[in-house]
Amino acid sequence: MTRLAMLKATAASAGILLPLAWGGVAWAQDAVNLRMTIWSANEAHLALFNEIGEGFKATHPNVSVTFEPLPFENYTTTLTTQIAGGNPPDLAWIFETSAADFVNSGALAPLTEAFTKTEGYNLDDVTEAATALWTRDSQLYAYPFSTSPFAVFVNNDLVTAAGAKTPAELIASGEWTWENALATAKAVADSGKDGLVIRDFNYQTWQNLTAFWRGWGANAWSEDGKTCGFTEQPMVDAMTRLHQAIFVDGALPGPGENVDFFAGDAAMTITQISRASLLPKDDPFDWDLVPLPEGPAGAYSVIGQAAVAAFANRPNTDVAVEFLGYMTNPENSEKLAQFFPPARANLLNAETLGKTNPLLTPEQIENVVIAGISNGKVIAGHTNFAQIQQTIRASLDGLWVADADVPAVLASVCQGVSPLLAR
Amino acid sequence: MNNHSAAPNQKRPFWTIARKDAAAGFLFIAPQTLGIITFVLIPLGLVFYYSMHEWNVLANTFTFVGDANYQMLLRDPNLPPVLLASAIFSAGLVVLNLSLALLLAVLLDQKLKGIVVFRTLFFSPVVVSLVAWTIVWSFLLQANGGINGILAVFGIEGPNWLRTPTTAMISVVVVQVFKNVGLNMILFLAALQGVPKELYEAARVDGASPFKQFRRITLPMISPTILLTSIITIVGSLQVFAQIAILTKGGPGVSTTVLVYYLYQQAFQFNFFGYGSTLSILLFLIVAVLTFIQWQMRKRIVFYEN
Repeated sequence: MTRLAMLKATAASAGILLPLAWGGVAWAQDAVNLRMTIWSANEAHLALFNEIGEGFKATHPNVSVTFEPLPFENYTTTLTTQIAGGNPPDLAWIFETSAADFVNSGALAPLTEAFTKTEGYNLDDVTEAATALWTRDSQLYAYPFSTSPFAVFVNNDLVTAAGAKTPAELIASGEWTWENALATAKAVADSGKDGLVIRDFNYQTWQNLTAFWRGWGANAWSEDGKTCGFTEQPMVDAMTRLHQAIFVDGALPGPGENVDFFAGDAAMTITQISRASLLPKDDPFDWDLVPLPEGPAGAYSVIGQAAVAAFANRPNTDVAVEFLGYMTNPENSEKLAQFFPPARANLLNAETLGKTNPLLTPEQIENVVIAGISNGKVIAGHTNFAQIQQTIRASLDGLWVADADVPAVLASVCQGVSPLLAR
Repeated sequence: MNNHSAAPNQKRPFWTIARKDAAAGFLFIAPQTLGIITFVLIPLGLVFYYSMHEWNVLANTFTFVGDANYQMLLRDPNLPPVLLASAIFSAGLVVLNLSLALLLAVLLDQKLKGIVVFRTLFFSPVVVSLVAWTIVWSFLLQANGGINGILAVFGIEGPNWLRTPTTAMISVVVVQVFKNVGLNMILFLAALQGVPKELYEAARVDGASPFKQFRRITLPMISPTILLTSIITIVGSLQVFAQIAILTKGGPGVSTTVLVYYLYQQAFQFNFFGYGSTLSILLFLIVAVLTFIQWQMRKRIVFYEN
């Protein structure tokens, strides 16, 4: 090719490409693609989100919303890596334990004003208990779309086969305590199946033990987050009892054992009610859903929260906030309530929840969901949670052996984590 | 102008033969050079740049902090156990991997019918996906997993392999050795088959025992391969990540938290990208120093070099 021919070819291709590129820019200015990262890959959940996304299109034809499921286990890590790589999503789900990190960071767009201005939104209906974690200086930074109490799923077939009283019977006679629950678990474990599974704990995710140790009145750290709670007497008592239940009674599967309640392998599991979707459709066992047992410190309930937020300082932040206002308005909140217990007081009644949760009986909704949300305390989070989680996990590993010295291990937990909490 | 005698109207062509050759040479190495610049040199420079900053991903702040991250490196109470875990892992891996690979290579260096089947069998884990391999092992190593099941047949109560510090370290080392021993085995096998047979004949005539033949002939003759495999294995051992992430997540305690996993925790889990970058500079220096030492040692250890 001569130089002249090359020049001509370049000019010609530029002539073709440039207008195309320009057209692309002009087109991109009109169309808005919002991306929301989520940690559920459940098809029913995705179908509902896509339905809400389509609904938004009715009033905003140029906006499409894609929902990007990230793996649950590494969700926050993947999200922050996307942010670090300069490719953050427009909206994202956030775990309650990371709330402090995100809300205090300045990375999230403020929502209060936009929600108040949205017609029919009725922000006052959203309970303060639910929004407390996501509010800073009376400004809401993320909407808690799921306020889900921890509860106990029971396999009554296994419990009765082991000759024990079912939790429902224990509740009726006022004997639904941790001592009796652990005795039931031991009875089933002795009969050859497994007793109680604290779901997703896996001897790593220790914050899920909150649903256990709150029964003793124990807390991982003080209200202000500055003081380690692992050496306090309630925590020592709770962990001593748990250690005994695992390594002496065999009431809980040991470290490294994978047992799935929903496959019918265990008598009971502690998890959030949204897991009801995992119950077997074919050949189901006789299951029940009951509140957490009473601990030595009395009745209690624990809530896990998930919120959804829009990132600030993004090209489409305004549209993202607007979509958030649409996604969480009363009408869509009711749709979301079939999977995610709502933060709106108006929806927190047996009638509304019963319509959207066909799997649960009215008693289960009343006693577990509504009572749990009304009285529950959210799992404790902290700024810099990932490092704190990891530090405590490493120290707690010493507890998960048969001959562990419980008070000594708990002292080492506080020794390791105290400098991080005080920061 | 270097050619004053040339007529002014007779312009020298730009593409002289020498220039053409040079251009062709540069074009040949261009893809490789571009790759190294894009994926090695630029990231290396960036990591050094990041290591002098505090980068808060969420708040989107990026502040110059000078040598603060390097100061932190010296004061980090977690670093000594992490470096110790890395050292134990690497030492265990290199010793076990090389001796097993050499043993297998010697055993398989026979003219027997069907020996190819065994060579293939021992090599096959190398081509298995690392993550799949590790996940299968994680099932086998559970307290109620396959290995303890086999031990129970013989009346032995196996430990909870991944849950006690010593056995957890042994487990990750052995899983890694079984995965990659085939590669070193093949390299050793090739080296063994390259040893001239007349050397052994001469030794036999002189009455050398098989052990003496191995020590005096085989080992010196394959010493370049031993050096090569040990460099590859040590450098590889310092980069171990997937096995730790899948099998132990660095636990129990920090007993299997090797440097790369610690770096990942700091940068990607705790969002301390500046400090994570500092740790990767440390890793880079360790690898560089180790390779340099091994390269120097070749003069003493390696019997001959082609």
